[in-house]
Amino acid sequence: MSQTRRILAAHAGTDSVTPGEFIEIPVDLVLANDITAPLAIEEFGKLGAGGVFDRDKVVLVLDHFTPNRDIASADQCAYVRRFALEQELSHFYDGGEVGIEHVLLPEEGLIAPGMVVIGADSHTCTYGALGCFSTGMGSTDVAAAMATGKTWLRVPEAMLVRLTGRPHRWVGGKDLIINLIGMLGVDGATYVSLEFDGPGVENISVEGRLTAANMVIEAGAKNGIFPADRLAVEYLKGVGVDAPVSCIEPDEHGYIRQIDIDLSAMEPQIALPSLPSNAVAVADAPHVKLDQVVIGSCTNGRLEDMRIAAEVLKGKKAASGVRLIIIPGSPRVYRASMKEGLFDVFLDAGAVISPPTCGPCLGGHMGVLAAGERALSTTNRNFVGRMGSLTSEVYLSNPAVAAASAVTGTITDPGEIV
Amino acid sequence: MAAREILKGKAHKFGDHVNTDIIIPATYLVSNDPAVLGKHLMAGQDPGFAGRVASGDIIVGGDNFGSGSSREHAPLAIKGGGISCVIAASYARIFYRNALNVGLPLIESPRAAAAISDGDELAVDLAGGRIRDVTTGKTFEVAPYPEFMQRIMDAGGLIEYVKNKS
Repeated sequence: MSQTRRILAAHAGTDSVTPGEFIEIPVDLVLANDITAPLAIEEFGKLGAGGVFDRDKVVLVLDHFTPNRDIASADQCAYVRRFALEQELSHFYDGGEVGIEHVLLPEEGLIAPGMVVIGADSHTCTYGALGCFSTGMGSTDVAAAMATGKTWLRVPEAMLVRLTGRPHRWVGGKDLIINLIGMLGVDGATYVSLEFDGPGVENISVEGRLTAANMVIEAGAKNGIFPADRLAVEYLKGVGVDAPVSCIEPDEHGYIRQIDIDLSAMEPQIALPSLPSNAVAVADAPHVKLDQVVIGSCTNGRLEDMRIAAEVLKGKKAASGVRLIIIPGSPRVYRASMKEGLFDVFLDAGAVISPPTCGPCLGGHMGVLAAGERALSTTNRNFVGRMGSLTSEVYLSNPAVAAASAVTGTITDPGEIV
Repeated sequence: MAAREILKGKAHKFGDHVNTDIIIPATYLVSNDPAVLGKHLMAGQDPGFAGRVASGDIIVGGDNFGSGSSREHAPLAIKGGGISCVIAASYARIFYRNALNVGLPLIESPRAAAAISDGDELAVDLAGGRIRDVTTGKTFEVAPYPEFMQRIMDAGGLIEYVKNKS
């Protein structure tokens, strides 16, 4: 029942829905952050609803420009904080409870298969990794859902991404999604649901699936979805969510396209500036000199990512002239990384360990790039000026490649140094 | 009968994949005021752009206009910068919804987007579904919004639509 249209039909109270149809359905979770919530709260006020539809189902996370970057962002956070307290929201994340929203919500046990989740953040599509329908919207759409518990959607067409094979060491969810975006182009899946299935799914960890689902928006997709298989159900159990195993079952409308990917043939990928679709194998990437390496974000800020980075960095130092910034994505990831000794590895490598924040990914703070600088980053966007100056450049990769490249100072296959 | 509103302005042409980091870089997302955001319109590509826009001017983009983040500040910056409507070959979906919600008219026309040149004077009849390039004399017919979305437009945006329903 994890196919997108089946979830939407269940929420619409019908047996089936047709691609292109407009539906109004209840939502199970509504999310906003310190950038998008202030506008949502203003619009919410115009509705005159008074209270949110359900104080357990509206989640606000102050993660983008926090710890407060400047007075203007501090004012925005203060505004959201007042609203969260007034509305007595159960899930308001501030101060030491802040994690990067899409790392945090699954860990908090707020996501379950079959749910409909909307968030005022384009990477809300992350949660599809756990078999739910999850998509990004703007502040006004989220305001309406905060008040009414409902939203409208155009029922999407679907594409099947069929995975086979087992990926090599140093290849994971990030490489799968960069490779796929390279095939589709940045608008190749616009308005479409990308559905991942096939015998290769079990060879991608749940954290790797969260990484892959996170970036389906970079191909324009409305959502991405994985089956809630044995691995996903185990992960969910670990965060206190009981869910049955369920597979991707196509409805009578099927798929408009099928893409087959053999994971065993895939090399670590790089997305060159300045589009996520500029995918090349690491071996084919130019040997540019790097000024900064960032490991973290809603794409790759989970414990598995920290462990992989530490495995590559152990006993090594970042190259002279490379600023290595590592951002554990949540308080849990932070504490576990510390307890497992990963912080010693990172500090020995000369890294800066940042608190959980979106910070540098969007050129906000905590690692903004100067004119002409180049960064390799495990984040999700490499648009012109994304991390700072309009003349800076961003390359995207998985955490292993990022760590290896920090050591050499240029884009490097981890296999060469480990 | 009242005269139908015609949007008139000069075309400012952009390419494909104009993303929201181009339209309004994230560093400026500390205000919701369209006028403040409008001062930084297109600063991710052309920091001098906002200063060259006259009220009523029209942005013309290629494919996938508005891709990237969900920031509703993007259509607000376009409105606040004095732009009357956007014409593009195609739009990214979150931006499309956001523009609908903030009352920024979007026109999808691959033919018009390709044919219009930077600096052309345009006249857009939204209700009639027609774009006229005054400089070249060419006209382009435009498909109407889907009926469901037109209801939201007619209500004056999503907030009014929701209020009217309850």
